[in-house]
Amino acid sequence: MEKELIQLVDISKSFDSQMVLDELNLNIHENEFVTLLGPSGCGKTTTLRILGGFANPDTGKVIFDGTDITRIPPNKRQLNTVFQKYALFTHMTIAENIAFGLKIKKKSKTYIDDKIRYALKLVNLEGYENRMPNSLSGGQQQRIAIARAIVNEPKVLLLDEPLGALDLKLRQEMQYELIRMKNELGITFVYVTHDQEEALTMSDTIVVMNQGYIQQIGSPESIYNEPENAFVADFIGDSNIIPATMIEDKLVNILGTRFACVDTGFGCNKPVDVVIRPEDVNLVEPQQGKLQGVVTHLIFKGVHYEMEVMAAGFEWLVHSTTLFPVGKEVGICVDPFNIQIMNKPESEDEEAVAIDI
Amino acid sequence: MKNIAKHIYTALIFLFLYAPIATLMVLSFNASKTRAKWGGFTFNWYSRLFQNEEILEALANTLLIAVISAFVATVIGTIACVAMTGMKKRSRTILMGITNIPMLNAEIVTGISLMLLFISMGLRFGLGTILLSHITFNIPYVILSVMPRMKQLNPSTYEAALDLGASHVTAFFKVVFPDLLPGILSGFLMAFTMSLDDFIITHFTKGAGVDTLSTKIYTEVKKGIKPEMYALSTLIFVTVLILLLLVNMAPTKNKTPNYGG
Ligand SMILES: Nc1ncnc2c1ncn2[C@@H]1O[C@H](COP(=O)(O)OP(=O)(O)OP(=O)(O)O)[C@@H](O)[C@H]1O
Ligand SMILES: [Mg+2]
Repeated sequence: MEKELIQLVDISKSFDSQMVLDELNLNIHENEFVTLLGPSGCGKTTTLRILGGFANPDTGKVIFDGTDITRIPPNKRQLNTVFQKYALFTHMTIAENIAFGLKIKKKSKTYIDDKIRYALKLVNLEGYENRMPNSLSGGQQQRIAIARAIVNEPKVLLLDEPLGALDLKLRQEMQYELIRMKNELGITFVYVTHDQEEALTMSDTIVVMNQGYIQQIGSPESIYNEPENAFVADFIGDSNIIPATMIEDKLVNILGTRFACVDTGFGCNKPVDVVIRPEDVNLVEPQQGKLQGVVTHLIFKGVHYEMEVMAAGFEWLVHSTTLFPVGKEVGICVDPFNIQIMNKPESEDEEAVAIDI
Repeated sequence: MKNIAKHIYTALIFLFLYAPIATLMVLSFNASKTRAKWGGFTFNWYSRLFQNEEILEALANTLLIAVISAFVATVIGTIACVAMTGMKKRSRTILMGITNIPMLNAEIVTGISLMLLFISMGLRFGLGTILLSHITFNIPYVILSVMPRMKQLNPSTYEAALDLGASHVTAFFKVVFPDLLPGILSGFLMAFTMSLDDFIITHFTKGAGVDTLSTKIYTEVKKGIKPEMYALSTLIFVTVLILLLLVNMAPTKNKTPNYGG
């Protein structure tokens, strides 16, 4: 890991007695692509605004490169923001928009012109200097907003749902563009989204948030494969979250049947939740399975079939490329390394999510 | 058939609305002194008008008050809009309601209240008091035309300017102000027109011997109607008409890119 660039230390923030962030701690490394992921209203934008200097935390500190910048105004910070609704200056040309920050820093005309050309090339919009923002499409405006931010050579770029307003295809295109730009620029990205696929595709590190708390921090793989609690498991993709009992290390009782697993350290006869991804549930002939059940629903999803199987009183969600028709008796197998054990949720909200499933 | 009826209808409305003013205009070019008959075309009354010292002085007062009061009201009104945007929705709605009341209030009530206020404050009546009262009744018009612009603003653009290193002042003047400008201009013209047009409030807040055009016409007419007054009224009408047309056109013509390095 590269060195730590930003530290959020015990950040709390409330609006009108509504707690939005509660003692949030987060470290961001140099050159890292960090994504804040969570449902609407969980405090992602607020976190980003505290980083950018547009909101003051009630308590806690923002450390940037070793110095406390909590009370430093936005115009004095070495970060730039790409706002959700583009926020281009509509009465200025594209070139003027991009030059805005540089003119304030009193850079020379040749320097500014070079930068404009460089930035437009980076975002694939060469020759757009004299267009007005309103004459550009949404995706193009978004690229200009990025160009306008990066010409200032920030150490960190903050992006608040920058692709939120774009259609699916353009969004996927822009995801690759953004990754390319980040690699070319070699700067830190702090990215906000509520789209889990986007987060999994783009990030080095994902910070899953819910109701002002960080639920889990980790690489996309670890977040997906080893969710720490039911909320994360449910939020990141479809999953089967089943109440179970940990009998001993590497052995778990799921719905009355013993399954081998790989997790240790949960204690003996301890209630836990297990997560099994739908693609990890193997359907076999009834007598070969550890559990027996009946297919109750079947949907064709293109790449795979999505099935629901009623077994041991639980509705299992299964993704498989092999078709098992509705009403067919099947057996269920799960490989030990595909069983993810989680501690029982502690707060009521997490409980609510778990019951919902 | 239906179309013709529609045209006739429109024509009739305009006829009733503008017949009195048309009469006035025609009479202002009438060489005969009596209203009853047409004595030929003349600019005589207009030239007489511009030789009349008192009227010229009233004209100067009117313009002075209109320009200053419109300017001051525009500044105050714009600042008020900026401040109100920062407020919570409830306080803003209440404040907008309060600003609108003077516009709906009968002018005579506003006039008399201002007069009583000035008396109780011990102010000397004159140009100063007229100016104060004009600023007062002009502010709502400015707010009314700036506020919609303010609401259309994307609040992130101001933050984006700060983000790019601009100070609050620079961010306001470079980013917010240009977007508000059409509203501010039409607010100014509106205020200017209202000030030019006002009689009742001016009547109650002017001192003896100080006159604006409207109060001057009133005094003159009381003495007996002179054709110069037709000419003067025609001029005021035309000016106000042009200003109102400008106000209505202002928001549409504001897109001129200027690229500077
Ligand atoms: N200026 C504000 N005044 C009052 N409440 C606010 C303010 N800004 C945010 N909030 C509240 O704080 C909570 C978190 O808001 P935030 O904008 O950080 O959510 P978010 O995670 O970005 O959600 P979304 O995905 O919908 O953008 C919300 O409940 C919101 O209503
Ligand atoms: Mg948000």
